Amino acid sequence: MTDKDLASKSPWTTEAMQKRLKKRYRKEAIFKAVGLSGLLIGLCALAILVISIFTTGLSGFKETRLTIDVYMDPAIIKAAPDLDEDARTAHMTRVNHRALIRNSLRLAFPDVKGRRDIMTLQRLTSNGARDEVRQALIDDPTIIGQTIPMNLRASSTVDMYIKGQISRDVEQSARKISDKQLGWLDKLSAEGRIVKGFNWAFFSSGDSREPELAGILGAAVGSLLTLLVTLVIAFPIGVATAIYLEEFAPRNKWTDMIEININNLAAVPSIIFGLLGLAIFLNVFNMPRSAPLVGGLTLALMTLPTIIITSRAAIRAVPPSIREAAIGMGASRVQTQLHHVLPLSLPGILTGTIIGMAQALGETAPLLMIGMVAFIVDVPEGILDAATALPVQIFLWADSAERGFMEKTSAAIIVLLFFLVLMNGLAIWMRHKFEKRW
Amino acid sequence: MLISSAAYFIGRRKALQSVQGDVRQLHSLPGHYGWFSAMTSLLPGLIIIVVWIIFGSVIVDNMTLASLAGLEGGGKIQSLSDLDRAIYLNDIHNLAVGDAISRPASDNLTFAAQYYLRAKENIFWIFSLSAVALSALTATLGIRKISPTMRSRNILERLILSGLALCSLLAVLTTVGIVSSLIFETLRFLDHVSLADFLLGLKWSPQTALRADQVGSSGAFGVIPLFAGTLLITVIALVFAVPVGLLSAIYMTEFASRGARAVFKPLLELLAGIPTVVYGFFAALVVAPFIRNSGDFLGLEIASESALAAGLVMGIMIIPLMSSLSDDVISSVPQSLRDASYGLGATKTETILNVIIPSALPGIVSAFLLAASRAIGETMIVVMAAGMAANLTANPLEAVTTVTVQIVALLTGDQEFNSAKTLSAFALGLALFIITLILNFIALKVVRKYQEQYD
Repeated sequence: MTDKDLASKSPWTTEAMQKRLKKRYRKEAIFKAVGLSGLLIGLCALAILVISIFTTGLSGFKETRLTIDVYMDPAIIKAAPDLDEDARTAHMTRVNHRALIRNSLRLAFPDVKGRRDIMTLQRLTSNGARDEVRQALIDDPTIIGQTIPMNLRASSTVDMYIKGQISRDVEQSARKISDKQLGWLDKLSAEGRIVKGFNWAFFSSGDSREPELAGILGAAVGSLLTLLVTLVIAFPIGVATAIYLEEFAPRNKWTDMIEININNLAAVPSIIFGLLGLAIFLNVFNMPRSAPLVGGLTLALMTLPTIIITSRAAIRAVPPSIREAAIGMGASRVQTQLHHVLPLSLPGILTGTIIGMAQALGETAPLLMIGMVAFIVDVPEGILDAATALPVQIFLWADSAERGFMEKTSAAIIVLLFFLVLMNGLAIWMRHKFEKRW
Repeated sequence: MLISSAAYFIGRRKALQSVQGDVRQLHSLPGHYGWFSAMTSLLPGLIIIVVWIIFGSVIVDNMTLASLAGLEGGGKIQSLSDLDRAIYLNDIHNLAVGDAISRPASDNLTFAAQYYLRAKENIFWIFSLSAVALSALTATLGIRKISPTMRSRNILERLILSGLALCSLLAVLTTVGIVSSLIFETLRFLDHVSLADFLLGLKWSPQTALRADQVGSSGAFGVIPLFAGTLLITVIALVFAVPVGLLSAIYMTEFASRGARAVFKPLLELLAGIPTVVYGFFAALVVAPFIRNSGDFLGLEIASESALAAGLVMGIMIIPLMSSLSDDVISSVPQSLRDASYGLGATKTETILNVIIPSALPGIVSAFLLAASRAIGETMIVVMAAGMAANLTANPLEAVTTVTVQIVALLTGDQEFNSAKTLSAFALGLALFIITLILNFIALKVVRKYQEQYD
């Protein structure tokens, strides 16, 4: 028998077998495609999420300003010339800035008549424009009596219109900006008096009821203070627990229990930690509501399991030979730990800590429970001041009915994501930089 | 602080002196003697300071109230209820620091405020002086004990060890704190509402009557609609996330090249790093309107806060958890099983379906349970994307509410701590805690029991 005959007799070459083989290969291709599509769905979701946040959010960093020639009318300012510095500042604060702006707008639009129309005209500018006029007067009192071209902040509605989020094709009753206002804006636009710029106020002011004035500085500082408290509490305690459990604890029921406990805590929903914070810190210890101190303590309890688990892994990765060498040189067990094992495992511990901190930075629910959800304009100055945090600020703005807050929400999310990426990037970088093969 | 650092140096010098600078004769390093003296002074002082922080304000408050008792009309303060007394005290505090107060400042109040400031100052001095005195005392005692034969290092290390052990106790204390605070408040809640009504009631409307004659706010605390809503959203999330997560894990471990895996895996895990509040905003901004519009297009009536939108977004959130957990178990299936299967002529697909998945099944099941427990406890997505009204339905197109949404709704904003309304939030929290605990526990057991051990 030749090879050829053998091959023709082999069951692999029969028609039925070939068919089955084909079917099996087809199934293979289909399964592979299904697996890939599963992966792609996940990635698509990520892409849609990021793109939709960025497309709505980027405009939140920009602002619209109207160039108005402001006549610093001495009759309205009524400043006595011989005031000293402090008294002048106090006087400038009390000036009727609204009237200054109104009169200047009337000069720019001489054909606008009637109280109502003038009110509507003034509504093109933001309430924040008054503060800008005030600041200009305080900075340089010699401008009184002159006409100064100023870039005044536009109101949120104008801002939205300029950014194309309000369409002029819609019925007048269905949009917040009236036909008259559109006409005035067209005139300003034709004269090149509409300026778009970067919204610095978004990074330098606290929350506000008015979208065009709202900033994230207060929330960012609140987050920073909260994280500081979290770090100061969770890091030493987490590392100490990890060292104890990994190196010193006797293997008995008691330490087993602690271990199971820590693993369970890692999976407890974050809102339960909020309830704990509310019941223990606020109601038993009477700590101040809404304070970063309480928020930090609550988040510290929440991140503690993460830090413990990663620190233990880092400590375990230090080879026993190092410990044996130290003990062989006459070091005590505590000295071995503090002088050798801890420094060697520190990069790993820090990586875990940064990841835990990133988690804490993004956490919202526990902070809602302990009242860090209030409307707070002032930037907090200490860990006992009422404050809010970045994710909570996002939640508050997302809930707000005012449409102008939508882009602010997305912009705040971009800032938050930026910090998270930064922290995680740092963790990854540290892992690569200090990773050791023993 | 100053005393203890001074004690460090004194202790160190004394130890050195006692052996005339010959370090070899000391039992421990000189620094150990220093630390020992520092600790002897620091710890008692610290204890006093802690006592002051915890009890100081209570003592001052009580002194202030007691001082009022002697005044005309002061006696009635003793007869006030706890709450009123707290308000009165708050006024005293505010007046003392010059803040606004809730009532006209009477003579008594001003007197109390002044007394309060004085008492606070006195107590502060008493405590700080006693702390300083005590540290100095214990430090001298500690330093006197120093001698070349003293085993200061051993004492110090025992101290460090007990400090470490104390820290590890904190994790247990947290659990105890969670459980006890939840149980305690739940028991108080059960004074208002019976357990059967809570667990079996079909109606949830936590508005309790503020006055007895108020109508329309009956206060029904039936938890079933809440859990039904939670379950519905969780099921939607899992139906979406489990296949996607599992398939991407299979693709990444079995089909993808090493380079593709190095790109896809971190990308997918990026989803895990996104804060949930962002997902909530995404659900409200993009997904919910999209679902409602497509429902309009198909002629379906879809609520704008439909369970479908919340569930889908929650599904996206769970994908990385599901995929990285199953990724781990699939990768831990030994290569020898794959090789054996290929050796028998199986294709890759057949190997995966008939060999790898069955042997990784316990891990996959446990990943599924962990994902479910995460979905049940998730708060922000549902707070922002799901409804507020309790609605007993299985229709994913309607608005439902969840346990976590209700906890947030009950506890944010103004609250009165003793009402059944706020207490019910703790009862819900306890139920949530128990359920997630059971799920995590089962997940752990499944892995322990059924995971096959490969060398």
